[in-house]
Amino acid sequence: MADMILQVNHLSKSFGSHEVLRDIDFTVKKGDVTSIIGASGSGKSTLLRCINLLEIPTSGQILYHGQNVAARGVKAPEYRSHVGMVFQSFNLFNNMTVLENCIVGQVKVLKRSREEARQHALQYLEKVGMTPYINARPRQISGGQKQRVAIARALAMDPEVLLFDEPTSALDPEMVGEVLSVMRSLAQEGMTMLVVTHEMAFARDVSNHVVYMNQGVICEEGAPADLFGNPQKQETRDFLSRFRST
Amino acid sequence: MDKFSKLFADILKLWGKYGGSYLTGMRNTLVLALVGTVIGCIIGFVCGVLNTIPYTERDPLPKRIILKLVRVIVRVYVEVFRGTPMVLQAVFIYYGLPYFTDNAVKFTNIWLAAMIVVSINTGAYMAESVRGGIISIDPGQTEGAKAIGMTHVQTMLNVILPQALRNIMPQIGNNFIINVKDTSVMFIIGFPDFFAAHRAAVGASYLYFPSASVEMVGYLTMTLIASFLLRWVEKRLDGSSDYELVQTDQLTMTAGTYNHPNKGTPFDEHSLEYKEERRKRCGKGGR
Repeated sequence: MADMILQVNHLSKSFGSHEVLRDIDFTVKKGDVTSIIGASGSGKSTLLRCINLLEIPTSGQILYHGQNVAARGVKAPEYRSHVGMVFQSFNLFNNMTVLENCIVGQVKVLKRSREEARQHALQYLEKVGMTPYINARPRQISGGQKQRVAIARALAMDPEVLLFDEPTSALDPEMVGEVLSVMRSLAQEGMTMLVVTHEMAFARDVSNHVVYMNQGVICEEGAPADLFGNPQKQETRDFLSRFRST
Repeated sequence: MDKFSKLFADILKLWGKYGGSYLTGMRNTLVLALVGTVIGCIIGFVCGVLNTIPYTERDPLPKRIILKLVRVIVRVYVEVFRGTPMVLQAVFIYYGLPYFTDNAVKFTNIWLAAMIVVSINTGAYMAESVRGGIISIDPGQTEGAKAIGMTHVQTMLNVILPQALRNIMPQIGNNFIINVKDTSVMFIIGFPDFFAAHRAAVGASYLYFPSASVEMVGYLTMTLIASFLLRWVEKRLDGSSDYELVQTDQLTMTAGTYNHPNKGTPFDEHSLEYKEERRKRCGKGGR
């Protein structure tokens, strides 16, 4: 079990009386690429935000290498620095250039030297193909480019697992490809990823584990070939058929 | 018409006699307004930041109590000093201190008293402006910072406050201009500002309207220059809208980033090289 990074046990989350997540159990092992699919409002994003402690779970455990980070008194910033997150709305720092966006976390949180952080940032910016734009500001680049920078920013922190919250949902169709291709190459390099997505082709072809969520519970999960090829539950079949018809 | 020439003559007469004291008054007004605004901004930032420290019911009880208490104190400060006239605050502080301490503590320096009053008054307004500036920043910025492991303090210093500062620059300018004008009430405690120069001049010459004209023009000149400078500072804060593409080895470019190096990208029109190129071309092609 040494390669177990995250283990979610009986996780529940309520906003007031509205129960968004109910009794979620799943695990993330090193090198896993897990896709979480499901209709809007099924709790996918909330689950991801709970894992990064941007939302505090109402009950249940999130074990990170066996330590429950959802418990009171846990230093959330320390934990978050090991778990990267890529947002639907990019959330690049508007007051910094592309390069500074990728440096600031390394310097302030990981206490790396500026030069080391710079080299590291440049390495990842090159990987996502944003080297020419390092001096641009977020408002000056396109959505797809912003998202690639956001991925580089998360990678520069050398996270153990990278969470993606619908990374392509806010993008114009022609920009989806460039972000997906970056994610695809990350997956091939063995990055551990947890991806909330509506891109069924990505879930089917790139991930090795697919979780289908419906109304706050994990309805069905398994290998992509099984879940897409031979879904066991009626809800899963209904959900997938809506995508096939389009 | 001859009324105007009379006014002009009176103003010249006033200026000849009291020009020096008008100018000293203007300098004092500007210094007081500037110092008051700067210190007021610092007070405002401290209050605004303290006021927006988030807490949840997961935090330990002492922390929650302290934060709640801080908010109450800031709230009382803001309401009291925003809700009373500065002229009264000046009197209250300047005469109140000796009154309560039997003259043991009193302001020996009129500058100190005036600066304290203006700073505290400005701070009360700025506290609310800063709070507004902070909550106006997209929550996504905070989440982005949290997600890479920044603490609240790091998030504030590196991400939120720089953006909030830019957004409240017009407010800071507002306050500075208000201070240039409203420090005129400081004559009440004997501060030698621009308006006090007017009072002194008319006390001796009885030329009320001509002196008031001098004051009007003087105040307007000060505030217009201030407006102009503030706009300039805002522009500086915005930074250049241009940026240069960094030339790299074309072989390392990821497919899809560039169609072809010579074709460039939609952003080339912002780059200096492109402008240079276009300028040359236009120079040759045009007449």
